[in-house]
This record gives sequence, C-alpha cells and structure tokens, in this order.
Amino acid sequence: MPFAEAIWLALAQIRVQKLKSFFTLLGVCIGVMFLIAVISIVQGMSSYMENEFAAKLLGVNTFTLRRFPWFGDGAGSEEEWRAWLRRPRVYHTDLALVQSVLPPGSRSAVESQDFLQAQTQYARPKQVEGHAVDGDYFTIKKYDIKTGRAFTSQESTLGVPVVVIGDEVAKYFFPDLDPIGRPLRIKGTPYTVIGVLEKQGSVFGLSLDRVAIAPYNSPMHHFTNPRGDVDGIMVQTPTALLLTDAMESTREVLRGRRHLRPGQPDNFFMETSESALAFMDKLKKVMTMAGTAFPAIGLIVGGLVIMNIMLVAVAERTREIGIRKSLGARRRDIMRQFLVEAATLSTLGAVIGIILGILLAKVVEWKTPLPAAVAPWSIVMATLLGMVVGIISGVYPAKRAAALDPIEALRKE
Amino acid sequence: MSASEAVIRTENLWKTYVMGGVQLHALHGVSFEIRRNDYVAIMGPSGSGKSTLMNLIGCLDTPNAGEYWLAGELVSDKDEDELARVRNREIGFVFQTFNLLPRATALHNVELPLVYAGVNADERRKRATEALERVQLGDRIHHRPNELSGGQRQRVAIARALVNQPAILLADEPTGNLDSTTSEEIMRVFEGLAEQGQTVIMVTHEPDIAAHARRVIVLRDGLVSSDDKRATFIKSAGIAPPDLSASRKA
Repeated sequence: MPFAEAIWLALAQIRVQKLKSFFTLLGVCIGVMFLIAVISIVQGMSSYMENEFAAKLLGVNTFTLRRFPWFGDGAGSEEEWRAWLRRPRVYHTDLALVQSVLPPGSRSAVESQDFLQAQTQYARPKQVEGHAVDGDYFTIKKYDIKTGRAFTSQESTLGVPVVVIGDEVAKYFFPDLDPIGRPLRIKGTPYTVIGVLEKQGSVFGLSLDRVAIAPYNSPMHHFTNPRGDVDGIMVQTPTALLLTDAMESTREVLRGRRHLRPGQPDNFFMETSESALAFMDKLKKVMTMAGTAFPAIGLIVGGLVIMNIMLVAVAERTREIGIRKSLGARRRDIMRQFLVEAATLSTLGAVIGIILGILLAKVVEWKTPLPAAVAPWSIVMATLLGMVVGIISGVYPAKRAAALDPIEALRKE
Repeated sequence: MSASEAVIRTENLWKTYVMGGVQLHALHGVSFEIRRNDYVAIMGPSGSGKSTLMNLIGCLDTPNAGEYWLAGELVSDKDEDELARVRNREIGFVFQTFNLLPRATALHNVELPLVYAGVNADERRKRATEALERVQLGDRIHHRPNELSGGQRQRVAIARALVNQPAILLADEPTGNLDSTTSEEIMRVFEGLAEQGQTVIMVTHEPDIAAHARRVIVLRDGLVSSDDKRATFIKSAGIAPPDLSASRKA
C-alpha cells in the first residue's frame, strides 16, 4: 500500500473518531506545547541578551578593562574569588598607558560607579546610580542627550560639578520642571544639571534611566571609588577586527607595567560582550535542560497513551485486518497502516501543540518581562519529535496487528 | 481433462489441528482437480473439513502435508507474504458475512484489492467502477454498506472479488445470511459469471445451493466422498433441480 494511501486512511480514521483521537493526542499536544513555550522563552532571552543587554550595557566593538569580570557566573571557587581580590586595582593613570597603544580611531573612557544618595528640594532623597566618567563615555555608551548637553572636555579636566541625568532621575527629582540649570545634591555636593538623557528603557526589569553622570575629576569619584581607582577602562575600536588588536596591545603594555613574567597569568580581565554572553550560553543550557524535562515526561506519557489506544484499535479492528489480509495485504502493509496512523495522530498532536505553545509563549511575553522568540528549528524539531513518538509507540500495536492470523481475524465479531 | 487446464490441483492434502493436546485430523489426504472455467460446489456437513479445505484453497492457511497447485504455481509451501500476493492476484473471496469495511463506500471497498496490488488511483477507480457495473451496482458506488440491502452488499463483495480478475472466485456460504429470494438473485450472479468463463468455487452445506454448480464435490470426515456432475448429484440427493432459466435470459 502506498504511503499517501496510508496517511489518507489514518486521517479518515481520525475524522470518524474525533473525540477519541483528541484525547489520544492530548498528551503529545501538551508536551509539545510546553516544549515550544520553554524553547521560545529561552531563545527569546538569549537573543534579548545579545541584542539589548550586550549592546546597552557593554557596547559594540568594546572591551572594558577590569580587575575581574563583572558579568558572567562569577569566580569558580572561593579560592579563585580571593585571588581576584588580591589583584592590583585599575587606576585612572592606566588610561594614558592604554591610550598610547590603541589603534587610530579608537575611543576610550574611564568608568566608576556606585549607588549614591541624591536629593532636591522637590522630592524626597533617593538613591541614584552615580557615574564618574571621562573621555568618550557618552559616545561609547551611545547615550543621546534629550535636552541640554554633555560636559565639555574643559569641564571634564577641571572637574566642574555638573551632571547629566537619566530620564527617571529627571522625572523624580524635578517633577513638572525643566531640570536644566537646577542643582541636584549628590552626597551633599550640589551639581548643576546640564543635560537629560534619552530614555534608555530597562534590561530584565532593571531601569537604565536612574543614572547621574558627572566628570571623573568632579567630587563624584571620591564616593564611587574612594580608594582612587576606577571600575574599568572602556575602549571602543572602529571595527571588530581592530578590537582584537587593541586587546592584545593593551594586554602587552599592562603586563609590562605590572612586571608579569611570561607564564604568569594576567591579573586583570578584559570584558567584551562575548565574554559576558558566554555565561548566557551556560544559563541557556541549564534552562533548556530543566525546561524540557517536564515536557519530555508529557511526551512519554503521550506516547504511552497512543500505544494504549492503538492496542485497543487493533483489537477493535481485528476483523478489518482479517478482511485486508484476505484481500492481499501483507504483514508490512498492515504494519505500515497502523504505524502511519499512530504517527499521524501524534504528529497532529504535535502540530496543535506547536500552535498552542507559540500562543503560550506570546502570553508569557505579554504578561511578564520575559521576551519570547519562536525558533523555526524548534517547530521542525517538535514536528519530527511528534512523528518519532508516534512511530515508537505504534511499533508494538502495529506488530500485533500484522501478526494476526487472517482466519482467526475474520472469525472475530 | 489435461493438467494444463487445471486451475486447481490438490494432492493428498493433510491438515491436522492440535486442540487440548489431542490431534484432530481435519483433512486426511484430499486430492482433486478443478478445471479452468468450471463452476464447482464443495459440500459437506459441519465437521466434514470443508471450512479447512476452503482456507487451504483460499491460501489463508497451509497444509501439513500434500501439494496444492493454483494457476500453475505450487502454493502449499509458500510463506506468508507470498500467500498474501497469491490471495491478491489469484483469489476473489465472497464471504457469508460479506466482510465489507463498514465505513468505506462501495467503490472504496471494491478498490481495496487494487490498493494492495499497487494499482494507481485513477486506474483503481476505473476498474472498481466497472466491476460494480458488472454486478448492476453502477448507481450505488458511493453508498456505504449500511445503506445497502443484503443482496446489494453481497454483490459489492462479488465486485470486490472480481476486480483483480482472479483465477478463482471462492465463495464461502455466499447465501448463508440472505433470504431465499435474494439467495436466488446471488446464485444467478454466480451462474452468469460462470457463463462468462469465470472459475467459481462455492463452499456450502445446503444441497439446494450446491445444486446450482456444474460439479459437486462432497466431503465427509476429511475425505472426498463423492464428486459428481450436477445431474448425478441432484438425482442422488433427491432434490428439485434449480431454475436456471432466469440467468440464461439475463
């Protein structure tokens, strides 16, 4: 019997037993639904990490020289963590050294941040994310100024107490007011607001608009890094290719300054979006594993249900099998008929599950900050999975059907 | 009767069943030949072994000993799949209980043997329609079995049996589930087919039905007890000759 014939037959069988078929494929349907939803959410998170998180927090073609990595899964052990803490700090003076070896066209900036208490006469005191920066910080971070201006190199060098604030800071401390030219007290020191940033949005529900950015030489850096060091030196190169060069030459000069002998490991870290995302890959694996365990159980149960129903179907249709055999159906024809029927049922369940799974992912996306992206490969995989579950659970019933003796089968009422 | 004309030749067929540790000889040494284009009834009381013989002739079962030749092929030692092929190509079954697929239309039921023969859909439809027209059901091809009368169902079954142009039409108590009027109607269909040259073998326990055949083989206790032409059979059985004039006219 040709394959198409078998599928047609299976669909006809499903059509006449709609309710029974529905319950049969429910297990596979639910399993696939959760599978698709989980994969979509994990996938969505990771593309979100790549596009939003990495670009917003770390920047494109950018590395940040730090004492140890900030993003990622942290030190592997207590011991490693202590070793990280023993490393020398990164100082503002390192900037000039790094700048001296950067390829032409590169930008650089120091960064130093902490949560600091701020206040105005218009609102109750609140913490803001204080940043003490210089150089090309605004360019590297792609910060656009909504109103006002960024600070000039003169203000930067002299350490004039001026501040560029985030959208949320402006709204909270200066309700219904134009903040430009007004003072904002940070840790008691008054800063003149000279600019407000465009709204940056949030990453995983954490707002990026709670910042107050002042020149590095202003009093700010005494509060963000009281020891006189910086959190990091940010470097951006014009192209991705030059980034590797820049990182290599930075490594060389810094190892030279710190008198590291060949064979000694680096006592600093250059964080890129890739190094931060490496951790995301790990997280993704764990989430996928955990998230697919439950749907997998659903699929196994679904497979068992299909096997059970197919066994019932073989018993119910013994006479039909006898008739078919008497008319010349071979073992493999009967086998194929029941295998295709099980596979069709299961695949149909998978297809419904895919649709419901996509809907579920969209609902999750809509109701929570978790993003969702439906991966085309997951749809293909789920369909194949449905087919395989059907075939596996159909093998035993199909074998039993194929092995029926035609005389016995014809005698059955 | 030359061997080349024989569509069926059995030699010393044995069939033994083991039931509850007891050996039961259903057939012990059955030998006969059936010529092409003949119309033969196999008769016998229940327990005579006629069902067993029918299963062997129909290639649904294999004998424990002996040879069975069908259309020039030795089929008694074939395996299951080869037997399925023989059933598909050489045998057309007509059962007492019709054995139609209840959810399939008459057309689809008749198409079934062609499906297993690997005939393409267009050709299948054409040949199945022709077969149904041959049994005067050309206007019922899209009806399901439950929308047809008993006689119509049996005629669908006959169309299904004929659609592959088999070497033999094998009918097992074809009138067992029909009233006498419908029985006569079906017997006329068989008579007509025999007239057209189709080899027909009919298994029955009713002498009246067997009397329609040109030759009657009577089984008793697993052996052939008599093998006569119709006239002789009618005389020895002491029954009224059937009215065959209707089929001649039709």
